[in-house]
Amino acid sequence: MSDSLLQIDNVTVSFQGFKALDSVSFSLAPGSMRTIIGPNGAGKSTLMDTIIGRVRPVSGRILYKGSDITRLPEYEVVRRGICRKFQTPGILPTLTVEENIIVAAKRHRAWFKALRTHITAAECDRVEEILDLIVLREKRRMLAAHLAHGAKQWLEIGMVVASDAELLLLDEPAAGMTHQEREKTANLIKRLIGRCAFVVIDHDMDFVEQLNAPVSVLHMGRILCEGTIDEVRSNSQVKSVYLGRSLEAEADYAQA
Amino acid sequence: MARLERIAYPAALVLLLLAPVYLGAYNLALLGRFLAMGILAMGIALVWGHAGILPLGQGLFFGLGAYGIAMHLKLVALAPGEIPDFMQWNGLDALPWLWVPFKSGVIALVGALVVPSALAVALGWLLFRRRVGGVYFAIITQAMVLAATTFIISQQPYTGGFNGLTDFSSAFGFSLIDQRTQVGLYVVTVLLLALLFFTARWLLSTQFGKLLRAIRDGENRVRFLGYDPAPYKVAIFAVGALMAAIAGLLFTLNIGVISPAMIGVVPSIEMVVWVAVGGRESLSGAVLGTLLVNFGKDKVSSSFPDLWLYLIGAMFVLVVTVLPEGLAGIARLLTSEPREESRKTLVVPVILPADEPAKNSKSRSA
Repeated sequence: MSDSLLQIDNVTVSFQGFKALDSVSFSLAPGSMRTIIGPNGAGKSTLMDTIIGRVRPVSGRILYKGSDITRLPEYEVVRRGICRKFQTPGILPTLTVEENIIVAAKRHRAWFKALRTHITAAECDRVEEILDLIVLREKRRMLAAHLAHGAKQWLEIGMVVASDAELLLLDEPAAGMTHQEREKTANLIKRLIGRCAFVVIDHDMDFVEQLNAPVSVLHMGRILCEGTIDEVRSNSQVKSVYLGRSLEAEADYAQA
Repeated sequence: MARLERIAYPAALVLLLLAPVYLGAYNLALLGRFLAMGILAMGIALVWGHAGILPLGQGLFFGLGAYGIAMHLKLVALAPGEIPDFMQWNGLDALPWLWVPFKSGVIALVGALVVPSALAVALGWLLFRRRVGGVYFAIITQAMVLAATTFIISQQPYTGGFNGLTDFSSAFGFSLIDQRTQVGLYVVTVLLLALLFFTARWLLSTQFGKLLRAIRDGENRVRFLGYDPAPYKVAIFAVGALMAAIAGLLFTLNIGVISPAMIGVVPSIEMVVWVAVGGRESLSGAVLGTLLVNFGKDKVSSSFPDLWLYLIGAMFVLVVTVLPEGLAGIARLLTSEPREESRKTLVVPVILPADEPAKNSKSRSA
């Protein structure tokens, strides 16, 4: 128990009586990954909002490295080492690719420490490393707004990695990507496992399968089942609420 | 563009410093006054253009700087034991305690700069910490300036009321009627403008400047990278207030009068229009816009006094709809260096909702 990086303990989130999360618990070891799938409205994004401090639970608590972070302000949660990638690319459009990573990589985040034109050597090394990692070195001077959609997502993944977080929350990192881009994204994430821990949410089964990590299925704010992707796929409850529905949809689509 | 700047800025500085040689006393006085306002406009360019905070109450900080120095000038003009004329008319027989420190020129100067900056820090701290932004922030600053002018007008025995403060004779030992003092003031204004221009440029080139733009374009993203955006906003808002106060101080010295009508709601909005016309992200554009609009106002309103408000309204509409980058945008087009990040429309924070990335998880269906 004590060696887990993140521990979610019976967390319930209620929006005006509607339980977006209902007694959700799970834990995550350092450097490991958990993927969370579920249909729209299942509470996946709410779960991330709750971990990062954007939404406050009505009951339950969240422990990070053994200390309670449930009621900390967002930036404080981030400073403890949790970083989140949003679903729509959350890059800084009027800064260059390189400047985006610099903003993320900076260790001193107070305004009076930002009154300088240069960054430290350590920060510089980190920026170079990230540029290689996300393969955007040759676009470093390009404005982030001008990147293609996929590249924006990688840039944002690069940014959360640059923030030196030990736990990364990725909210549909492959949303809106082509098949090859998804594969590239999955490989990027897999290369980073061990260096940091991940919670990845998505509803694309194939993408989750590529990540090859334990899966939790979230439905109506509750964790329906947990296991490998194959176990989850063969679970009859899951089939009926999630996979079945999308299979039906696929069947409809095939007929049409 | 960079090479052009290396020639253009020193040339502009020389041209401005030589103005007393080729401009008559009347136009020199106007230029000096408008250049002082240019300092305020650069402050708005920083706060609005780079940090995305629309300040609709810069007249407040401008007024505090102006009144600070005006109170001193008023006291200097008195014989020993005398109190200002308007106080006598309103039945006061002793100098109110608030006025006493302003007998000292140093205290008046420091106060005229420190009080507005401190007020901006306090206001910014209260509002930005609570994440008040956009239209709410703009309205609150507007309300503050309205409250300040109402207060000044209602407290006539202590403030000079609607008529404001005027009839100054000398400042720091220099006679204000002397033309040489006017030239000296003009030169000081130009040098301060230049100093603050380059300081602001340096500020924008630092990591702080980049973070301002980052916060403007993605406050939540920056917050979720572990930054607290509030202190950044407070700091730049205070810088804008300080620049407005410096402008108020110079303006009063240049023109010799300050009244509530010069700092109220309408002047505060006009200040934003100067910057919109010049190009809100450009420091030199802000100064040029200030000069252009104000000289225009001087020429137009002397021949057609009723027309001016319509004209300034039309100018604002024109800039918002077709010239989002103002004069600076035209300059960029002419030097055929299209700016990569140029946006299609002027981003007026007033009509933008607070950014909320990734809140709709329904953008893609299963």
